[in-house]
Amino acid sequence: MKMARSMVLVSSDPISMQLGAQEVFQALQDQIKAFGLEDEISLTMVGDVGRHDALPLVIVYPEAVIYGPVTPEKVPYLVEEHLYKGRIAEELVASVRELSGRIAWLHARKGTLPAEQRIVLRRAGIIDPTSIEEYILHDGYMALGKVLTSMTPEEVIEEVKKSGLRGRGGAGFPTGSKWGFVAREKSDKKYIICNADESEPGTFKDRLILEGDPHSMIEAMAIAGYAVGADEGYIYVRGEYLLAQERLKKAIQDAHEMGFLGKNIFGTDFNFEIHIHAGAGAYICGEETALIESIEGKRGQPRSRPPYPTTFGLWGKPTVINNVETLANIPPIINNGADWYRSFGTPSSPGTKVYTVLGNVNVTGLIEVPMGITLREVIAIYAKGMKDGSNFKLAQTGGSSGSIIPASLQDTPMDFDSYAKAGVSLGSGALLICNEDTCVVDLAKVLLNFFRVESCGKCNPCRIGTQRAWEMLDKISKGQASLSDLDKLAELSENLYMLSNCGLGQTAGTPLRDILNYFRAEVEAHIRLKICPAGVCKMEEMIPQP
Amino acid sequence: MSVETKSSEKILEAVNAAIEKFGAKQEELIPILNEVNRQLGYIPTEAMEEISRRLKEPKSSLFGVASFYHMLSTKPRGRHVIQFCESAPCHVVGGREVFEALKEELGLEANETSPDGKWTLITTSCLGVCSVGPVIVVDEDIYGNVDARKVPEILARYE
Repeated sequence: MKMARSMVLVSSDPISMQLGAQEVFQALQDQIKAFGLEDEISLTMVGDVGRHDALPLVIVYPEAVIYGPVTPEKVPYLVEEHLYKGRIAEELVASVRELSGRIAWLHARKGTLPAEQRIVLRRAGIIDPTSIEEYILHDGYMALGKVLTSMTPEEVIEEVKKSGLRGRGGAGFPTGSKWGFVAREKSDKKYIICNADESEPGTFKDRLILEGDPHSMIEAMAIAGYAVGADEGYIYVRGEYLLAQERLKKAIQDAHEMGFLGKNIFGTDFNFEIHIHAGAGAYICGEETALIESIEGKRGQPRSRPPYPTTFGLWGKPTVINNVETLANIPPIINNGADWYRSFGTPSSPGTKVYTVLGNVNVTGLIEVPMGITLREVIAIYAKGMKDGSNFKLAQTGGSSGSIIPASLQDTPMDFDSYAKAGVSLGSGALLICNEDTCVVDLAKVLLNFFRVESCGKCNPCRIGTQRAWEMLDKISKGQASLSDLDKLAELSENLYMLSNCGLGQTAGTPLRDILNYFRAEVEAHIRLKICPAGVCKMEEMIPQP
Repeated sequence: MSVETKSSEKILEAVNAAIEKFGAKQEELIPILNEVNRQLGYIPTEAMEEISRRLKEPKSSLFGVASFYHMLSTKPRGRHVIQFCESAPCHVVGGREVFEALKEELGLEANETSPDGKWTLITTSCLGVCSVGPVIVVDEDIYGNVDARKVPEILARYE
């Protein structure tokens, strides 16, 4: 690769594209040519950079200056000032206040903000995701080479076990153990599945990994395949993620051409193939057995477990299913060792976690931080505080299936065990932060509406329970409920948890339980006083009973 | 109703192309249906019958699959499909007002198609672009940070 004096990156996530990133790219290309700088400056598109207030962004290295929002009209000035004359075009620089994610971290090096810790997103926003050469230049396929040429499958599994890596899809199951179960199975065929059907509301971390660093999935899946004895893998991508599908397709093709996929990888007798399977819009397909059914071309309805996919998975064969973020941790663990990995996070939950920070805060976007930081820290440091000086009321973690976290728990370390001990769950990594203008009844109603729509309908407790719970919340929100309805709601929550077949129904009752636990007074106000303290719900006149 | 239904010829053409692309295998059923849906805007009964014949799969199980996934439609839709995200992250930052504005501007309720066949309004779960909520998607165009006032302007972009 030719070394350039400066590197110019244009953000190319769907939102930037929508806002004209392609035109900005074109304008940059023209201007750089007009100044005769095309040999000195490399111009590329990058995946999502973790901030969304000033898109599209133009980032210039090595100074790491971030310009945004950039329009084609501003490009001539930018090129002349920065690239030709070498002065920073101050008036186009994105305001620090709006910075988040990876970009905030760049500023952190100048001493204004604490750093993020990026492991799984270390390349996203830095490399051109469509270039396998750049991936390789940034340590890509090094881990795959290492395991194939110098480690036995047992050693690979041992290393992953030692790292303490736990599944990042929400359940937190130890990844090394899962691999161990499948490796132990005797079968002529085994599969690796990458669960990229990210559909927890508020979660888009996997999309950014897929769009910004697609080769990391291929590398990690091949390592998993070697470790458990599988020669075929599937990436189940959410149907709506068109850009991610495109990038993955290109990555698989390039990996084939370079010999990182196919037969005799790295000159060994290890073979591996990867297929992409696009979903067609169903939240339930994120559940692993539903996902398998969907790959097999059926309705995405969860199977009864056991048997687990580790023994009876895709087409009845032993199958490893890992979340995108989990897999993205594998190559760095192999490259740097389990001890290195354990130096991040907490003893029971090592490593980092990618969070999507949303809601009534000043800066929304994506951060990757060590496991175990607290909600208060996230709000104060990364989200730059609550919007318009409002007060924190609650956070909803992990999409719909997470918990509602009241202010009293905002100093609880965010790791699997601390949260479990506090009776709440971390979920998939979405942090929906709400201020006092949010009504808990209204919020729970939205969550339950999600579940009643997304319930696959296979088992009665979930199909009927989610509908009934929504109806009750609707009644409460209109001031038409009685206090005894709250007992019914609590019972329903318990029944959903105890009787549902899969995780969807089991967690559907969590919002009900949480609002009754932490915000009972507010819920009761809707019933006793017929008022909504947050001023959100519209009370209706009671219909007289005949 | 003037919602466009497709001619038999077009339907067969779309089915042939999809089966050609993915192969007449049961495990490729979802990609095939997806492709037909993309080509025609929905999956007509005729297409379902043809796929059933070619894949040797009963029509009932095909209908089961087609009606299960949100991205597949068994009914004709308008020329432009508007998806409104009704999940919590968009809801708490003003999604409700946007939905009211959409309904008023279009004169439609959720899951309805306008009589002139131009618009279909559907609600959807999270689309994964939450940091710019509230979000609406028109056909394949994503609009973020939408507020009620922007709705007429966005809709005016479509013929």
